[in-house]
Amino acid sequence: MKFFQSSRSHSVADSIFKGLAFISAAIIFLIMVGIFIQLIHSSRLSIHKFGLGFLISEHWNPVTQEFGAASSIYGTLVSTAIALILALPLSLAISLFLVDLAPPSVSKYVGYAIELLAAIPSIIYGMWGLFIFAPFMSDHVQPILQQYLGFIPLFKGPPMGIGMLTSGIILALMILPFTTAMMRDVLKMVPSIVTEAAYGMGSTTWEVTKKVTVPYVITGLVGGAFLGLGRAIGETMAVTFVIGNNHNISASLFEAGNSIASTLANEFTEASEPMYLSALIELGLVLFVITFLIQVGAHFWLKRLSKSSGIK
Amino acid sequence: MKLKSQRRRRFADVMLKVTAFLSAVIGLFFLGWILLVVIKQGAAAIDWSFFTKLPAPPGGEGGGLGNAILGTLYMTLLAAVVGVPIGILSGVYLSEYGRESRFGALVRFTINVMMGIPSIIMGLFIYTILVVTMGHFSGYAGGLALALLILPIVARTTEDMLSLVPHSLRESALALGAPRWKVTLGIVFRAAKNGLITGVLLAVARVSGETAPLLFTSLNSPYWPTSMSEPTANLTVTIFNYAMSPYANWQQAAWGASLLIMIAVLSMTILARFILRGKQE
Repeated sequence: MKFFQSSRSHSVADSIFKGLAFISAAIIFLIMVGIFIQLIHSSRLSIHKFGLGFLISEHWNPVTQEFGAASSIYGTLVSTAIALILALPLSLAISLFLVDLAPPSVSKYVGYAIELLAAIPSIIYGMWGLFIFAPFMSDHVQPILQQYLGFIPLFKGPPMGIGMLTSGIILALMILPFTTAMMRDVLKMVPSIVTEAAYGMGSTTWEVTKKVTVPYVITGLVGGAFLGLGRAIGETMAVTFVIGNNHNISASLFEAGNSIASTLANEFTEASEPMYLSALIELGLVLFVITFLIQVGAHFWLKRLSKSSGIK
Repeated sequence: MKLKSQRRRRFADVMLKVTAFLSAVIGLFFLGWILLVVIKQGAAAIDWSFFTKLPAPPGGEGGGLGNAILGTLYMTLLAAVVGVPIGILSGVYLSEYGRESRFGALVRFTINVMMGIPSIIMGLFIYTILVVTMGHFSGYAGGLALALLILPIVARTTEDMLSLVPHSLRESALALGAPRWKVTLGIVFRAAKNGLITGVLLAVARVSGETAPLLFTSLNSPYWPTSMSEPTANLTVTIFNYAMSPYANWQQAAWGASLLIMIAVLSMTILARFILRGKQE
């Protein structure tokens, strides 16, 4: 780099160009700081009035101007948890199929298909969820669950179709292409010499997978899971359509609930009182902080990965 | 090591293969189901007036979403005009100037984090700085919220693509006495052209299907977009509003809009992959 700098003439145009590039990079950083400041500033009414109680209070009543985020945080975590429980094992299995089992041509085209599906906007999943999948759940899936597992509180309540479980499943489908594509890339990082050595010793595919492939890239898989979590937790439209916008915490997954993002989407434009708006923005702040921490965690985790395996 | 019976090992192995295969089938089944439903329901809603007319009243006949199509185009264009140059220049900074610097590392980190921030937060942010100060919802606010989503994607791909350009190319041009900015724009950009276009296309594809950032910024409108400083009609918020309405004709229009958005996003994504692949081979 030193060589470049000494060999070029310092023209004005050069400094302007460098300056513009620097300013652009600085803008990105400032936007990030700006989001933090603005969200805190705009939710000051609510922060001042409710304090930390905002995070643990379940009351959300625009009429009495009482606001608490507990039901939204609960709904966000539960729907995300359902999504991850379903999507992560499924995407690991699919990526194993793509990398280790499928013939190269199949793997190539299914891989393309999955990358394309990752690009489909979330509102499409929302439409399908509301008009097709929710009725399907209430007609076929929920009655069966209730019949056989109805003694568990998770599956009590009327099978309405919309609600926590349906949102979680749709969320799982939404992040599935994303997590699959990521895990596939991670699994591809396993050098074939390592797996071939294991196969050479007479191991079966199951043994190679369990004892060689997965341990080799476990850091990357966890990092991918983190990014999937980040994506699911802030997802708005796919959830808003089917979660039902209900501010009560219920043990049943059949009950309607709400997530932070769905509450924002449903109520923000209807909120006219300053306190109501402020509370909604504070909800956004909570979501921002959660996703920020997840992203920072994923960043450092993956950095550790690239350091340990010598990949830049 | 204890030798397990051959049978059990075989069984575990077959189970793994079957599970992996079934998972792929399940995944593709659901995703195929979604695509087919959107195509079937959407195709029934799309005709010529869908592109040219204003929305029909609830329960009414005919009508279209011409205003929303136009509004989405305007706002996506605004987002690209604002987001792409800043994104590309930041990528240039990271790749050409700030590769080893602390500030570069900080910006790189910010970009990674920003890509994972939910899009609804960007809408909220623009609401607090633009909609509140202007006093009303506007197409400008919508476009800027989308620009915030474009920025990190373009910055990241630009850095990645410029980093792939070999150093010898830069050195040769500099040795001939070309100034740094000319080397970057004329040589490095040209070498990375396909990658840059791909990044921009993917970013634009991503934001053109976004709904959440528009909910509190551009809002929606039943009229033609005459000025970007007013609430502006757009396809995605229209889908949301119409889908939640009890009127059959609106719900059908929402399917039509879904199909349109899906086709637009998928074709941009396919085009982007095509361009990048052409480069690699």
